[in-house]
Amino acid sequence: MLRFITSRLLQSLLALFLVITATFFMIRFVPGGPFTAEKAVTPEILRNLEAHYGLDKPLWRQYLDYLGSLARGDLGPSFKYPNRTVNEIIADKVPVSAELGGLALGFALVLGVGLGTVAAVRRNTWMDYTASTIGMFGISIPTFVVGPLLVLGFAIHLGWFNASGWYGPLDRVLPAFVLGLAYAAPISRLTRGGMLEVLHQDFIRTARAKGASEFRVVTRHALRGGLLPVVSFLGPAVAGILTGSFVIETIFQIPGIGREFVNSAFNRDYTLVLGTVILYAGLIMTLNLVVDIIQAWMNPKVRLEG
Amino acid sequence: MLRRHLTLLLLLLGALFTAGCGKSKKPTATTGAATGGVPQIWHVGNGSEPQDLDPQAITGVPEHKLMMALFEGLATEDPQDLHPVPGLAESWDISTDGKVYTFHLRRNGQWSDGSPLTADDCLQSYKRMITPEFASEYAYLIYDYVVGAKEYYDRKLADFAQVGFKVIDEHTLQVTLKNPAPYLMGIIASHYAWTPVPVKVIAKYGPIDRKRTGWTRLGRLVSSGPFQLKEWAPNQKIVVSRNPHYWDAANVKLDEIHFYAVEDNATEERMFRTGQLHKTNTMPSAKIDVYRRDLPESLRIEPYLGVYFYRCNVNRPPLNDKRVRKALALAIDRESIVQKVSRGGQTPAYAVSYPGTSGYMPRAKLTGTIEDAKRLLAEAGFPGGKGFPKVELLYNTSESHRAIAEAIQQMWKRNLNIDITLFNQEWKVYLDSQHTTNFTLQRSGWVADYVDPHVFLEIWVSGNGNNDTNWKNPAYDALFQQALAAKSVEARYALYQQMDEILVDECPVIPIYHYTSVYALSPKVKGYYPTLLDNHPYKYIWIE
Repeated sequence: MLRFITSRLLQSLLALFLVITATFFMIRFVPGGPFTAEKAVTPEILRNLEAHYGLDKPLWRQYLDYLGSLARGDLGPSFKYPNRTVNEIIADKVPVSAELGGLALGFALVLGVGLGTVAAVRRNTWMDYTASTIGMFGISIPTFVVGPLLVLGFAIHLGWFNASGWYGPLDRVLPAFVLGLAYAAPISRLTRGGMLEVLHQDFIRTARAKGASEFRVVTRHALRGGLLPVVSFLGPAVAGILTGSFVIETIFQIPGIGREFVNSAFNRDYTLVLGTVILYAGLIMTLNLVVDIIQAWMNPKVRLEG
Repeated sequence: MLRRHLTLLLLLLGALFTAGCGKSKKPTATTGAATGGVPQIWHVGNGSEPQDLDPQAITGVPEHKLMMALFEGLATEDPQDLHPVPGLAESWDISTDGKVYTFHLRRNGQWSDGSPLTADDCLQSYKRMITPEFASEYAYLIYDYVVGAKEYYDRKLADFAQVGFKVIDEHTLQVTLKNPAPYLMGIIASHYAWTPVPVKVIAKYGPIDRKRTGWTRLGRLVSSGPFQLKEWAPNQKIVVSRNPHYWDAANVKLDEIHFYAVEDNATEERMFRTGQLHKTNTMPSAKIDVYRRDLPESLRIEPYLGVYFYRCNVNRPPLNDKRVRKALALAIDRESIVQKVSRGGQTPAYAVSYPGTSGYMPRAKLTGTIEDAKRLLAEAGFPGGKGFPKVELLYNTSESHRAIAEAIQQMWKRNLNIDITLFNQEWKVYLDSQHTTNFTLQRSGWVADYVDPHVFLEIWVSGNGNNDTNWKNPAYDALFQQALAAKSVEARYALYQQMDEILVDECPVIPIYHYTSVYALSPKVKGYYPTLLDNHPYKYIWIE
């Protein structure tokens, strides 16, 4: 177990290093830079700007400087927002995305696992069809349609919520619901599939034979195995949800990290691009590792190997 | 047993689905704008999150709107036509040769922390602006005009005392120019590049010629305008409140302005409809007709000092032939573009200059029929469009630009029988292509920073960093230099007329339409006038 974790960590670090290096150079080779603007700055001003931000040094030097400050945990200053550092921006925005993501994920799990379980246990009945229909809607209608529709109904016509913003608890409802719906759909499909497989296995029959109630069979015995596919889905999904959703954050005007992720690339904010990429890559790697460990615990057939 | 549990579960899920509907409470933001006591709080959509609130370290429009609330220049803008009116300076004199400006600051002038605002503060601010290490994007708005400033910026002159800024006494500042610049007061009134900053405060947080000292943060920022910073929630909103130390505080009507950082215009429009905003920054074009029909009192369509045009790379055949450029320019039906495609009340542009900028009306006009266009194309060697090489039209990725490009592509096909292919690039890639003239035809726009016809003519001078067409014309350049030294506005405008003639004749750029600003504004907002720059000085505004 320990050997597995150590070796995975080392692999992750290597992968992270490659991601950083590739991102660093790729963003530099994209045409346009942080100071490219519709009203062009004069060449002498551009030279001074580049000197101010250390962009006049050779690229390899900048790369080494960046790795050096990264080793000290410093992600550097933002190019677009001279008043703020990348560390501050990430520290500011991640909790917002995490809060939104946490609420959405909680909602998605309750709804998705619930619907999926019902659908599996009552396979090919109206309940299954209803649950599947809801799931299909969730998968096929994109958030940028559901979001504005809900705003139209609940904010503009009924006046129960603000159309957008992130100020009070009420402002959390619509975005968490919309984002959660998008995740609930695949979760319900995966749960249904996983449960169907498990419900036919011998240990379930044994449990039933021992006289366990159907509710107990489903919740105690079947779910643990039935949720395996959901757990492997959740690894990258949690990373994605924590690093924010550009679409939801834009529709609802939420100050999360998802918008920074996308906008930093448009702005050629080199340091912020790297900062958000490192965050995302780090999260994915960590969560995948966590998922592997959880799966081993949930399913005795899975063994952790280096 | 199981059935009961499942039904219960389904019921629970149903309840979850409708959970959002459970609590009903009016959003607090809307009550602010209610009637009765009429809180003087203005809620405005302001586009993207500002880079910073340091007037010398920023470039964009959202930043500018915030600067207008927080800071004031030596002169400021009239609310109706934006002409320069006294700001931090209560008056100014201009020498008869137009080169020496003497500003008389207000004796009671104060920063928002109550400290005196002096001529030395202004001088130190301008020094900061042209310090090369500070690298301000708009440094040229000072060094293009002031004696010795360019040399100082280029480090050829080390002694700032030789630059044309001089403190006469605590309340008098003298500025000496290289050449007369009749539009300089317009720049000083409208552009934050000339805004004095609280150098003594800045120095508390680090060297004043560094950008990243964080002096603009909440609790530190000291300003000079009608409002001061009250709250800054990044990517959400910035709240400014009345500045009691402002010289004209008694006439400021609003207590607070809330600037919302909303990038998405559809989101903004929904916020307007729920009453979260009194004013949007823009309007989705699909909504314009809806507002015309349902909410005409909230829809504002106002002339905006900018031009939408196609830029020709005059080095690339076939656009190296001015007859081809002119033929393309004549074969566009601008009326149908503005009426059927852009649909935001824009006006067709037949010259680059904006009609009526500070009283200037360009006489030059693109005139000619489709037959003329065909004839010009034939003369250039492409009769009936035969043999016309493949030309690509570059635009930045956007639905609206594509729609216009497709319409024009059709017009050129129909009228001239030539094929243009369209291709789009992401914004910064597109700008890079523009500035390196790596295109044949490119859609473009130019929006004025201050109200003067100079704005639309200076960029076509050879060597101007925004020319980006490779077009050079010695006669044009000479006229431009003469205009700088012109003794009167009439003389200057007469030279501009000749410059516009040359542009229409040579067509390095093909004007398409003049911009409008389209947005929603609550009818409750008063003291608000349409202006050419979409600037609306806040101290005159109130909520009814």
